[in-house]
Amino acid sequence: MHASQQMLIIEAGRSERHYWRDLWRYRELFYILAWRDILVRYKQTVIGLAWSLLRPFLTMLVFTLVFSKLAKLPSYNVPYPILVFSALLPWQFFANAFTEAGNSLINNANMISKVYFPRLVIPASAVIVSFVDFLISGAILIALMVWYGYMPDWHIVMLPLFILIAFAAAMGAGLWVAALNVKYRDFRYIIPFVVQFGLYVSPVGFSSNIVPDKWRLLYSINPMVGVIDGFRWSIMGGNVHLYWPGFVLSVALVTTMLITGVMYFRQTERRFADLI
Amino acid sequence: MQPAISVKNLGKRYTLSHQSQERYTAIRDVVTNGVKQFARKLQHPFAKHSYDPAHEEFWALRDVNFDIQQGDRIGIIGRNGAGKSTLLKILSRITEPTCGQIKIKGRISSLLEVGTGFHPELTGRENIFLNGAILGMSKAVITRKFDEIVAFAEVEKFLDTPVKRYSSGMYVRLAFAVAANLEPEILIIDEVLAVGDAQFQKKCLGKMEEVGKEGRTVIFVSHSMPTVTSLCDRAILLESGTVAKIGPTSEVVMHYYTNGLSSPAMIKYQERHPGDSFARLLSASIKTGSIVEGGAIEVSISEQVMVEMCFEILQDTAIQFVPNFNCFTADGVCAFYCHDTNKHQLGKGVYISRCYIPADFLNATTYFIGLAVSSYQPTVKVHFYDENCLSFNVYDPCEGVATRPETMIPIPGAVRPNLKWEINKL
Repeated sequence: MHASQQMLIIEAGRSERHYWRDLWRYRELFYILAWRDILVRYKQTVIGLAWSLLRPFLTMLVFTLVFSKLAKLPSYNVPYPILVFSALLPWQFFANAFTEAGNSLINNANMISKVYFPRLVIPASAVIVSFVDFLISGAILIALMVWYGYMPDWHIVMLPLFILIAFAAAMGAGLWVAALNVKYRDFRYIIPFVVQFGLYVSPVGFSSNIVPDKWRLLYSINPMVGVIDGFRWSIMGGNVHLYWPGFVLSVALVTTMLITGVMYFRQTERRFADLI
Repeated sequence: MQPAISVKNLGKRYTLSHQSQERYTAIRDVVTNGVKQFARKLQHPFAKHSYDPAHEEFWALRDVNFDIQQGDRIGIIGRNGAGKSTLLKILSRITEPTCGQIKIKGRISSLLEVGTGFHPELTGRENIFLNGAILGMSKAVITRKFDEIVAFAEVEKFLDTPVKRYSSGMYVRLAFAVAANLEPEILIIDEVLAVGDAQFQKKCLGKMEEVGKEGRTVIFVSHSMPTVTSLCDRAILLESGTVAKIGPTSEVVMHYYTNGLSSPAMIKYQERHPGDSFARLLSASIKTGSIVEGGAIEVSISEQVMVEMCFEILQDTAIQFVPNFNCFTADGVCAFYCHDTNKHQLGKGVYISRCYIPADFLNATTYFIGLAVSSYQPTVKVHFYDENCLSFNVYDPCEGVATRPETMIPIPGAVRPNLKWEINKL
């Protein structure tokens, strides 16, 4: 089709037929916005990128100290720092993505009210930024494994699958909260609370195996339980068992959250410019 | 041929909320409103639709219809709140209409602001790529046009400096340079030229004219009538959300003026008088020998034109007041400046000052007059200056016009004076 023959129709309530094609056309914007956020974050800081290594590392130290040394929780034949870090990695990814995506539309309000592009680009690129952080702090996990001489078994090949689930969870929750935040600024206060609260109700500092069996399915309603358990399972291999019913429930919830998130976002995005 | 843009029955409704100052909703309000409405239902179960004083409907645009042909350069004019920005936002797909339909043929780009998404911490180079991507240019295109953008913006030396250290002029130049290199088939421009210095504005206008001449459709919103007149061949006048007039620019611009309180060729200041504590402008008009009432909007090229201003001197001082004005053509070129060469030491009172522009002096175009009273002793002072406050159109009847050679071609120039010539045989 010749470019000049393109016909665009603007109507009330018309969902744009070319939305996904537009999203593809603006694919460079994902990367450029993510690149901007990464570039800007560490400008005028002294240690720069080292911050994204230092923060998870210190959190890991504290968690190891509190849950292993003081609370004396079991470590399932794996060095406790590795147990903590294999959960901290997906949790921090989720928490950062959730926060950044949730505030992304408000922070880019000016762009939304002046230029057209598929709005999905903004929260998605915020998730991508958090994913880059996730990859960087992944280096700490590798360093810990070398330090303790720990060798993961074949389960590790499943890790990309769990990363994908973590990504879906972050994206789904991020889209929901980003769209809601435009209309209800209450989410400004809800976001930090969810992140703080989630850290304690998710099995980050401890293994979810210590949760009594009869409660485990209920516990898995928190979708991050499935994601974290999956990470642990693939990193710690045969030392832990994956609680399948709970895992399936979590994955189902993540999928639902992602699909409804995209739907709600699509439905509300046409009015963002009027509300923001 | 199918129009490039066709707008049918377009409308946009906003709900004004009188309760909260902010546009977003708090869950608290949603809950309390829900409870209130439920309680009202309990009290009056059969009431159909209760009027809610907290929310009022407001139509920013209503029943807007027009077609724009490919290659047209259209100006959209209207007073503040007439719906210009809303129309642009709908055309640019930033917000959706409440009703109606728009059909757009071709790639469309809009420029509602220069430098959207510019980040102050990033360097000029980085911002070019960022802004380009936001406007929908691919990285390959930006790379190809990079040198052109930098040259247009004149910021070669500061490419690797964060833009927060740029002067505001440099910032605007860079931002505009990126946008000017967009290559859409339809370009929508909001009042972005109001920023930047005069020289750069001229450069931008030149670039935009180029865009129009390449057969692209341009939609341009501006408050500056000279800019609209010079840049656009057709115009749309919006008045409280509806199309009041559509047609050739000069006609629409005239309509815009004549429909208001004052005509373009006559203005009476009612509340806002330009001026300081020494002098203030009361009224002004353009007159000819034949037209004295209401101001002469259309003036023949072989008629004498009188510029009349009525002003008030508010204090008895030794200041010598000098009435003066400048005259701009529609291209934004200053055709001439002139002042009263006699010295007047004016006491308190109301004065009328008249200046006669001779016949066979002006060219056939639209002129904009800016009136002023200044004083040069003891210091240079402008007591008032009202830019483009009067305008009139000079037409050339062609028959029997002294300044027209025996041909029908348009004659260039800001003025076309009938000067004294001599020829002697040596």
